[in-house]
Amino acid sequence: MMNGNVCSCNCAVNRNEKFKELRPVLDAYADVPGSLITILQKTQDIYGYLPVDAINYISDVTGIKPAKIYGVATFYAQFRLQPVGKYLIMLCQGTACHVNGSELIEEAIHEFLGIKDGETTEDGLFTLNNVACLGCCSLAPVMMIRSSEEDETYGNLTKDSVKQILAEIKGRTQEVEA
Amino acid sequence: MKVVVGQGSCGIATGAKKTAGRFEQLIREKNLDIKVDITGCVGTCYLEPIVDIYSDDGSQTRYVKVKPEDVEHIVESHLVNGIVCEGQAISEEDRQFVEKQQRVVLRNCGVINPEDINEYISAEGYKAIEKVLQTMSPDDVIEEIKISGLRGRGGAGFPTWFKWKAAKSSPGKEKYLVCNADEGDPGAFMDRSVLEGDPHSLIEGMIIGGYAMGANEGVIYCRAEYPLAIKRLEIAMGQAREKGFLGKNILGSGFDFDIRIKAGAGAFVCGEETALIASLEGERGMPRLKPPFPAAKGYWQKPTNINNVETFANVPWIIYNGGAAFGSLGTEQSKGTKVFALAGKIKKGGLVEVPMGLTLRDVIFGIGGGIKNDKQFKAVQMGGPSGGCIPASLIDTPVTYEDINKTGAIVGSGGMIVMDEDTCMVDMARYFLNFTRDESCGKCNYCRIGTKRMLEILERITSGEGKDGDIELLEELAVKIKDGSLCGLGQTAPNPVLTTIKYFRNEYEDHIYHKRCTAKSCKALLTYDITDACRGCTLCAKKCPVGAITGTAKNVHVIDHEKCIKCGKCMESCKFNAIEKK
Repeated sequence: MMNGNVCSCNCAVNRNEKFKELRPVLDAYADVPGSLITILQKTQDIYGYLPVDAINYISDVTGIKPAKIYGVATFYAQFRLQPVGKYLIMLCQGTACHVNGSELIEEAIHEFLGIKDGETTEDGLFTLNNVACLGCCSLAPVMMIRSSEEDETYGNLTKDSVKQILAEIKGRTQEVEA
Repeated sequence: MKVVVGQGSCGIATGAKKTAGRFEQLIREKNLDIKVDITGCVGTCYLEPIVDIYSDDGSQTRYVKVKPEDVEHIVESHLVNGIVCEGQAISEEDRQFVEKQQRVVLRNCGVINPEDINEYISAEGYKAIEKVLQTMSPDDVIEEIKISGLRGRGGAGFPTWFKWKAAKSSPGKEKYLVCNADEGDPGAFMDRSVLEGDPHSLIEGMIIGGYAMGANEGVIYCRAEYPLAIKRLEIAMGQAREKGFLGKNILGSGFDFDIRIKAGAGAFVCGEETALIASLEGERGMPRLKPPFPAAKGYWQKPTNINNVETFANVPWIIYNGGAAFGSLGTEQSKGTKVFALAGKIKKGGLVEVPMGLTLRDVIFGIGGGIKNDKQFKAVQMGGPSGGCIPASLIDTPVTYEDINKTGAIVGSGGMIVMDEDTCMVDMARYFLNFTRDESCGKCNYCRIGTKRMLEILERITSGEGKDGDIELLEELAVKIKDGSLCGLGQTAPNPVLTTIKYFRNEYEDHIYHKRCTAKSCKALLTYDITDACRGCTLCAKKCPVGAITGTAKNVHVIDHEKCIKCGKCMESCKFNAIEKK
């Protein structure tokens, strides 16, 4: 079955078309030894996560076995195999944050958005990820909210302030949509 | 006149960008000829956002906790009329936080603009590399570092000169110098501060290291969680190349050296040298057996030397001021200064750089101002997941590699998490085991499975299902995990458990035998009750998600313990402090 110029089967020809944004990355790094992690990071920058087909495509071009790419991708905390929401909430679980009640903040996020670690809201707006230390320990508890526009860090969180921050972002997005 | 707004990650997190933006806006509106500049983190994180105003004679006024709405007053009073706003200026007590310190690594952090190489140069930057290339042989450099007594600041505390010499003596022309900027210890952030606040000192330290060991290529392996650090490093490297400090034929000496950045992808185990090298090569970051050590066979099987950010940042100062000057600080075995990251239940959290040998009391109470809300100091956790908890009774322990090791903790990378009476030590051990269980690469059985089993036992204890014999089982497993693991992660993973059992055995026993958590932190072991202070406002009954609270208006309410899920909502909502937790 042909769909425009792209056939719908999962062959290499199809992947070449589907992942053309990846081409410049692979042109630059495919032949540089030891670049797999860099390639995966740039892939994730483009798509927001690592689609399985993208892994196959990287394998086509670099000759690295998909199983090995998968092995590397699942070893590191940074890589995701599922799409994430528009805003990625990275909630710090460092020691200082733990001592200062990061668990309560996680609870507040759950109360407000109904998501737990690793989950995305139904509207696709927020994903919650617990992360290791963000290095802002004196402002514990801390979270970083990552979006395509910027990374913003929020410190000295309380149950109320975190809800306020999330409500503000939600409101802002709805305004833009309206 | 110049306005400088501190913009490290912590400053930005408290809104420094908005503060700086407000300054720019008002200065423009009032047509003032004043520049708004940035600087890194000065270390007094609890006072952010921090604004320094430098007058033309160089004198400095520091304002703290400057929110955007405070800016107008400062502009009007200080910039326009020349009158210092005393109310917002830093207090004498807070000024002492910095003045009591002795800064080598952090000498430029919060002072210079990290995005302007000229400011680094005017702070005697790149003088050390000039001295090295014009007057010193590689052996002279190594000798100077040996005299200084500098030891690796990343955790292991290995003498730096020894590593450099080993890499230098390894045969082969192609060698690599790697900077470990994968600061993974939760609770340590000194490397981030140097990367963001003074990237050139790291770059200069690396050039000197490269010259000493004969490497022409340097790699900085930086955490992906530090985007600002990577950005500032890139700017700094570009400027250093333009000025001829990086690249071919540096300062006409014939020595070539360049650096590139490799962003890590989030794996604590990559702090281990061989795992870091595997990760640099694009593989899963799993450690391998040593020897061969990286000094003989490292990155791409070539001789490689790996040092941590703080170690490199010391080097230019040591070379410029002489190894003896550095060696005169600190103690006989632990020389120089060390940066500590004070966090947790501390009044004044931030970065503290002091000569080694000061006591924990000097650092926590003398500089950090003691415990938040004047609660009781219970313990300080040092060395992150590889370290341990040092109890209040040992507060007069000098902070040196040797003395801290004796307590069962380690200096590590310098994280100091302060804990008060509300911190449960069993929960702390559980927290760290959860971390190491997650971060174990899975290569060694004892580390992979053993940490999981230990975590299960700790979870059982904190959820009120601890059994007789659990403590002994933990101790037995701990020894086996230490013996049965290849790398530092597994060998040190049981330390938080062992030190808490050693110093806080009573807390473990309370959890197991009396089903009680003295810190009132383990949820499963708590009970909530309503005291006579209750006015019968019915608010708690309305807030309770499971309907466990009953009572009529204006009468004392009662909690049904069978139904209660211990969420604490009643306590949060009560306006009369009538709910107590036991």
